[in-house]
Amino acid sequence: MQHRAKILFILIGCLPISLSIAAGVGAYQILPWRIPQILLFREEGFAVLTYVRFPRVVLSAVVGAMLAISGATLQGIFRNPLADPGLIGVTAGAGLGATLWIVLIGSGVLGVWGLPFAAFACGMLVTIGVWKIAASQGSVSTVTLLLAGIALNSFAGAGIGIMTFLADDEQLRSLTFWLLGGFGGATWPVVFITLPIAVIGMFVLLRLAAALNAMSLGESEAYHLGVSTESLKRWAIFGVALIVGAAVSAAGGIGFVGLVVPHLIRLIGGADHRYVLPGSAVGGAILLVLADLLARTVVVPAELPVGIVTALIGGPFFLWLLLRFKREVFL
Amino acid sequence: MIELNQVGYRIGENWLVRDITLTIEAGTLWCFVGPNGAGKSTLLRLISGELTPTTGNIRLFGKPIHTYEPRDFARLRAYLQQKRDVNFPFTSMEIVLFGRYPYLNGAKETTRDLHIAQEALRKVEADIFAERLYPTLSGGEASRVDIARILAQAPELFLLDEPTNHLDPRHHVQILNLCKTLCRQRKTVITAIHDLNLASMYADRLLMLKDGVSVACGSPRDVLTLEQLSEVYGIRFEVLSHPGGYPWVMPSLAH
Repeated sequence: MQHRAKILFILIGCLPISLSIAAGVGAYQILPWRIPQILLFREEGFAVLTYVRFPRVVLSAVVGAMLAISGATLQGIFRNPLADPGLIGVTAGAGLGATLWIVLIGSGVLGVWGLPFAAFACGMLVTIGVWKIAASQGSVSTVTLLLAGIALNSFAGAGIGIMTFLADDEQLRSLTFWLLGGFGGATWPVVFITLPIAVIGMFVLLRLAAALNAMSLGESEAYHLGVSTESLKRWAIFGVALIVGAAVSAAGGIGFVGLVVPHLIRLIGGADHRYVLPGSAVGGAILLVLADLLARTVVVPAELPVGIVTALIGGPFFLWLLLRFKREVFL
Repeated sequence: MIELNQVGYRIGENWLVRDITLTIEAGTLWCFVGPNGAGKSTLLRLISGELTPTTGNIRLFGKPIHTYEPRDFARLRAYLQQKRDVNFPFTSMEIVLFGRYPYLNGAKETTRDLHIAQEALRKVEADIFAERLYPTLSGGEASRVDIARILAQAPELFLLDEPTNHLDPRHHVQILNLCKTLCRQRKTVITAIHDLNLASMYADRLLMLKDGVSVACGSPRDVLTLEQLSEVYGIRFEVLSHPGGYPWVMPSLAH
């Protein structure tokens, strides 16, 4: 128990460090330890920090936290370490909404807000569809939920495919960039809309941690231990849909964070969800801040989509984890 | 403490359990016996509240079981499942502590909870692998950890679906002795079990099921008779008298 509190404490300590490193690095270099001074005395670099770097690093931290805690929650609900936030259709739904908006309506309509709202609405809609398909007589089967998620995912994928086919060159470019994910569009207004959703959603999910522990024994065991399994599933699925919808709307589809981070956290400190959920949130924040730092610095002056960076690092890393610890963790 | 009144359960046109009426007194050890698919597990799951009867009703302490709040009900009855699969690296100790869930209301475990869990692990001789990862345990070791979890849940009614599966004879005896001890503390134990001789040795009451219907109900001596055994299992048996005074049953070799 003590051990885990220590790990959480260290992780939380690492977050501001990675935030300030990421805020400092870029075309205009700022040493991390000079940041407080620059902020206090409005020295040179103040504008770069407050208008460009801060919204971007804060947004990437928030999105990372949302994706990772969602992954951890869904892995708990489905009792499957391979579950990922995309599973309940919200990511593909949001992608479909975004591509529909870009191709059929035009990415500029309603200013910067049209696209993310279309993505969010469509992501929620698809998750509600998944839920409705899986529900029968007041109860929802996790297996049907999983299968309905897979079915609607491929359906939304087909929709994205059709839109890609119909798109002209310019639309195709913004579409591809959006689907791969990135924080190029991070501004304070985006942060201020995303942050409250993140806080509410994560608060909801953190409260489910103890019930998720009971759930890892099996759904009927959880019931026998006094968990209201139906309400647990409902809160978990809609909590996840809410924050993943917000994350995808703000930054596009960023893979692997939701899958890999919970595993890492379990590897360091065990499987108790009361530790894994907050640990994943902080770990995901740190990871995505650093991934975005790489994305915008390795091919200067261009910028890689951050989704490519997470997949490029996440893939081999996950493989290494799998090979190294398969006995202890994945079994 | 539990009353079943004409309980039946149907899936489609298939009755898995039909017209069971039973009164189970506190402090008794009941064994449900019968061939595979006789409805033993279904009946346990009905009593546990996991399944809702198609007909009839079930009362615990005079109150219909579906009117209990899940958490309150979990303090009164615990259920041991046959199958288990845990895909996350929890230690045995953590698994046993999940048994304290109905008492915690989301709070952290206190030292008292830890103490209860340790005591439960010791009772099934599983304290030596308290810190080992549950998914790495052998079938029998995992069974004992599960039983410890049920003990940590500290209910009035224990529903055990084949608690002796995967266990060696030493632990058969140990688990059933444990059940006896629980009964002496006025707890009630209902198990579904295949080993008729263990049932005969330990049970206060047997309920023999076939095709979801009660064939015989009563003391081991009344239930484990030649005629009833061959009717239910469809093979011939020999019934001897064990020096301990209870019927001793074995399948007969003769055709």
